[in-house]
Amino acid sequence: MGDLTVSIHNLKLKNPVLTASGTFGYGLEYDDFMDVSLLGGIVVKGTTIHPRQGNDYPRMAETASGMLNSVGLQNKGAKYFATDIYPNLLKYDTNILVNVSGSTIEEYIACAEIINELDHIPGIELNISCPNVKEGGMAFGTSCASIEAVVSAVRKVYHKTMVVKLSPNVTDIGELARSAEASGADSLSLINTLMAMAIDAERRKPILSTITGGLSGPAVKPIALRQVWEVAKSVKVPIIGMGGIMNATDAIEFFLAGASAIQVGTANYLDPMITLKIIDGIDDYLNRHKFSSINDIIGGLQV
Amino acid sequence: MRKTVQHLKVIANLRLNDDHHILVLQSADKLEQIHPGQFANLLVENSSTVFLRRPFSIYSVDYAQNTISIYIKIIGEGTRALSKAVVGSEIDTMFPLGNKFTLPTEKEKVLLVGGGSGVASLKSLAQSLHEKSNEVAILIGARSSKDLVELDEFSKYGTVYTTTEDGTQGVKGYVTNHPVLELELSTFQRVYSCGPEPMMKAVAKKAKEKSIFCELSLENTMACGFGVCLCCITTTIDGHKCVCTEGPVFNINILKWEI
Ligand SMILES: Cc1cc2nc3c(=O)[nH]c(=O)nc-3n(C[C@H](O)[C@H](O)[C@H](O)COP(=O)(O)OP(=O)(O)OC[C@H]3O[C@@H](n4cnc5c(N)ncnc54)[C@H](O)[C@@H]3O)c2cc1C
Ligand SMILES: Cc1cc2nc3c(=O)[nH]c(=O)nc-3n(C[C@H](O)[C@H](O)[C@H](O)COP(=O)(O)O)c2cc1C
Ligand code: FES
Repeated sequence: MGDLTVSIHNLKLKNPVLTASGTFGYGLEYDDFMDVSLLGGIVVKGTTIHPRQGNDYPRMAETASGMLNSVGLQNKGAKYFATDIYPNLLKYDTNILVNVSGSTIEEYIACAEIINELDHIPGIELNISCPNVKEGGMAFGTSCASIEAVVSAVRKVYHKTMVVKLSPNVTDIGELARSAEASGADSLSLINTLMAMAIDAERRKPILSTITGGLSGPAVKPIALRQVWEVAKSVKVPIIGMGGIMNATDAIEFFLAGASAIQVGTANYLDPMITLKIIDGIDDYLNRHKFSSINDIIGGLQV
Repeated sequence: MRKTVQHLKVIANLRLNDDHHILVLQSADKLEQIHPGQFANLLVENSSTVFLRRPFSIYSVDYAQNTISIYIKIIGEGTRALSKAVVGSEIDTMFPLGNKFTLPTEKEKVLLVGGGSGVASLKSLAQSLHEKSNEVAILIGARSSKDLVELDEFSKYGTVYTTTEDGTQGVKGYVTNHPVLELELSTFQRVYSCGPEPMMKAVAKKAKEKSIFCELSLENTMACGFGVCLCCITTTIDGHKCVCTEGPVFNINILKWEI
């Protein structure tokens, strides 16, 4: 058994496999299928200060090797999370991160302040990259100025590990990554979903109620790898890579590109136990290639 | 029974006609109670285009054989691939999912209205209602007589009525044109329905007018089937609810449908 432990700022992960926000609920939905505590960490659903209904149905379209969603951050709000959901998560022996989102900087701050009070939440993932909300969301993640504004504002009130989740819907991700790092991010995660659309030719209508949505799944992996690679060259903070990871080989590719940990998203829908298989597969890869630690392959791409 | 993901063995693939198949899938484990209304989410392997699982009602359960059967109406790539499942092969199946129909506590006269693949969710319901000595009527609507399959199965549990749009069998028109819905509805204490949304809306409207208890089983498109993606929602008086976990069965009084 190789050493699978990695560090993301102050977080010690027993293995580098986390689950992506919006694809793992609060973990509780997986209790029937697996022991959630075996994971390196989980990132729970996108959380906002005020409850959000999200967008209208239909919110999903299957596409070639992936899917579009336009859920739009449906959640019951940070206070509900703190009082009604958080107590149920104390049973897990893993790192639980809350994905924090908002329409204004004030909303991000208010949400982060509530999460900051929760002892067993060692970090947040600041979502400045949601393509499915009219205000805020991705708008914060697409210019250096707005990234600086929101990240540094949350940094002032949030004192634990702050991961900033980047949008792939940008021209120069390296530059935006440097802004997030300079504004106080302890780690960067990427990618969120890619803005995309699907059309029903027979009905001559968009499939999603919102017309456009976010693409995820194996279709996005090559883009995600390229962006992780660019960000890894641009910043010093550790990177959490994601986008289309379906198996251990996909995960290894992200480590080689420079990610210190990975998140599994859409793949959880197809196989709720996939994360455990990926952990085993990573270990198997290390053994086959005679690496004693996962840290030996991070950024290990030979070019 | 709690949710599981299992490789179920295909022990039969019954071709009813060009578009309709029934798969009988066997578990290596003892099956626990599965309720009418619950569904399974099947992985479609050997398809280059289908990515997500496909949800299907659990058509029937045989606890002695540890089998569930799935009624498949072919409408696209996923249903077509599943309809070709070879006996002896395995299908990666997540089940049982979703809530269940509410059964009457005392004997009642109940009407089941099904259309399209929606009839699949009504068979185990008809069976349970029949076993509890309710008086069951089943109204099935289809485009044409060739789409009416498994009527003998349904007639084991109650009186079967049919409508076809082209008039090739039963009453010509939609289910709502059938006298049992148009004239006799007030003689029933309960109505259950599953099928195309316009059909369910019409049924719900009639039931609401007469203040009859009515539950619908929705077939919203799904990505996960177990409550984590929030893609399958329907609008209710309590806000958005997940069809895969808080449904698929909903009382019409909860749904915020324009009917
Ligand atoms: C809870 C539930 C229970 C179901 N039970 C059964 C069952 O017992 N038997 C059965 O045959 N089918 C059932 N269905 C429907 C079945 O899941 C779909 O027919 C199937 O997913 C279609 O897959 P496909 O790849 O063949 O078609 P696709 O290629 O995915 O779709 C073909 C066309 O149909 C449309 N379509 C597909 N699925 C839906 C949907 N859910 N609602 C509206 N339009 C849709 C698509 O937009 C497309 O135009 C159920 C669905 C749900 C949600
Ligand atoms: C249905 C759905 C909901 C999502 N919700 C969120 C969210 O609330 N916050 C967020 O930061 N990312 C969200 N994501 C994006 C994922 O966390 C992830 O970044 C993306 O799906 C790419 O990874 P994947 O290809 O492995 O799914 C969502 C993705 C999907 C498919
Ligand atoms: S299908 Fe994912 S929540 Fe219902």
